[in-house]
Amino acid sequence: MQYKNIATQGLWQNNPALVQLLGLCPLLAITNTAINGLALGLATTLVLAGTNTTVSLTRRMIAPEIRLPAFVIIIACFVTALELTTHAFFYGLYLSLGIFLALITTNCAIIGRAEAFASKNACLPAFFDGVMHGIGFTIVLVLLGGMRELLGTGKILTDANLLFGERASSWSITLFSNYPDFLFALLPPGAFIALGLLLALKNWIDSKMQQRASVAKQQTTSSTTNTSSTPA
Amino acid sequence: MNYTTHSPTPHTHTPGNVNQFMRQVLLAMLPGVVVLHYFFGAGVLFNVFVAMAVALAAEAWMLRLRKKPMRLFLSDCSALITAALIAVSLPVGVPWWLVAVGAFFAIVIVKHLYGGLGQNVFNPAMAAYALLLVAFPMQMTSWPAPAGEFHAAPSFVESLRLFLGLASSDINAIDAMSAATPLDTLKIEVNLGYTAPEAMTQLHWGAWQWLNLAWLVGGVYLLLKRIIRWYIPVSMLAGMLVVASLFYFIAPDRVAAPPFYLFSGATMICAFFIATDPVTAATSPKGQIIYGAGIGILLYLIRVLGGYPDGVAFAVLLMNLTVPTIDYYTKTRVYGHPAS
Repeated sequence: MQYKNIATQGLWQNNPALVQLLGLCPLLAITNTAINGLALGLATTLVLAGTNTTVSLTRRMIAPEIRLPAFVIIIACFVTALELTTHAFFYGLYLSLGIFLALITTNCAIIGRAEAFASKNACLPAFFDGVMHGIGFTIVLVLLGGMRELLGTGKILTDANLLFGERASSWSITLFSNYPDFLFALLPPGAFIALGLLLALKNWIDSKMQQRASVAKQQTTSSTTNTSSTPA
Repeated sequence: MNYTTHSPTPHTHTPGNVNQFMRQVLLAMLPGVVVLHYFFGAGVLFNVFVAMAVALAAEAWMLRLRKKPMRLFLSDCSALITAALIAVSLPVGVPWWLVAVGAFFAIVIVKHLYGGLGQNVFNPAMAAYALLLVAFPMQMTSWPAPAGEFHAAPSFVESLRLFLGLASSDINAIDAMSAATPLDTLKIEVNLGYTAPEAMTQLHWGAWQWLNLAWLVGGVYLLLKRIIRWYIPVSMLAGMLVVASLFYFIAPDRVAAPPFYLFSGATMICAFFIATDPVTAATSPKGQIIYGAGIGILLYLIRVLGGYPDGVAFAVLLMNLTVPTIDYYTKTRVYGHPAS
């Protein structure tokens, strides 16, 4: 039950990108293609899982007064390790993500989870929380990247070889040939507008679900009153 | 309670309603459209037509989504004005989808997502222009050469082919047709090391003078009909004139004489039709004078020091941002209360 709750919190109700609006800098800067979004999302997920676990394990050792610097050092360790790994094994991806890989350190979503959850919970829930929030963040990054890539260039899944190796270079799908590049979608203002649309979509789905829930509740209450009134 | 019968004084009397105002504005744009048609061919008519059709469709769609009275808001013509302003500020000869993207963005994103008529922070037409300029720099900066002694305006069929994107496959044809605008030429030549008076002999200013004159005529009509007040146009042109004179006084070999800037690019349409948008401009007379002067100064600075040849869209959008602040500091004092 607790894990299910953590999952819905991370993926939907408390989604770092759509609800907390944290980590907007990489979110807006890097999502010009779906693959870039996926790569940065996976990197963030790895870091989140690692830092959450570590923070949870060390939560009794760290004095509360200095917990934030300690968290930052832990996060920076994981990010540095990840950056060096990417540099060694995914050089193309390293070039295309650039500074934003190192900037994961300053992503508020990560320190937010460390402070709000990992420092108060046991190791396994903390790890699970990190993974779920990471996946929630990744989904938004991929959606945003896909939207912008499609609108901006008329293609999708370009540069998949950066993440999945050479065999993926043929994955790129051109949906509209002879498409005049819509540069605006690829530039930061396009990212802001696309994110705004995603937020609107989420709020719309939430309000629909709430409506349905209240209607269902009304029906059950009215049926119970009916059944209770008939014997009388 | 009935709010409509006895509102507190003062009662301002306005002749006509929004709808009639907007029709007058459309009428005042006619001279400009005629001049555009004369020099650049029928492309401007297609631009206006598609922009209006898309704007109306987008407006209807948004009104339906927002559950607003459709007939009332559709017939107020405000979407048509936005569409017409986009259409006449785009280069003649752009493909149809570019016009459609601009009109759709102006109505859906800039106007309705900010709350609809009366609520939008930014001038919809200029925000759409800025979007298109950023997104499609090549199409947005290639104006065709104006009709003149060497060159006739493209025929109706040619314009239509360009508009539908049938002729655009031949890059050379476009190159032969397009020409640098006077502001472009001046900027390029000065950057190449020529003096401004030398550059002035290279450029063909005539068509643009006529065009600005036509917008000026339309603008004066609006002033006479009291659709717009003089504060914004006059302060904008005056602001521009002052900085232009200052620059001309300091560096006469780097910049052209002030009248050149007043009668080239989109100066006049900006002064009378764009900057005077009642929704996004400042409200009090003092505020409007500051707002207009700001646009004039920014417009000149962008033209002379900036990267783009013309800067109407950016100048207007930047001043739109300052409107809340201007309004805050230029509130008219309520009678009987001390000045705050």
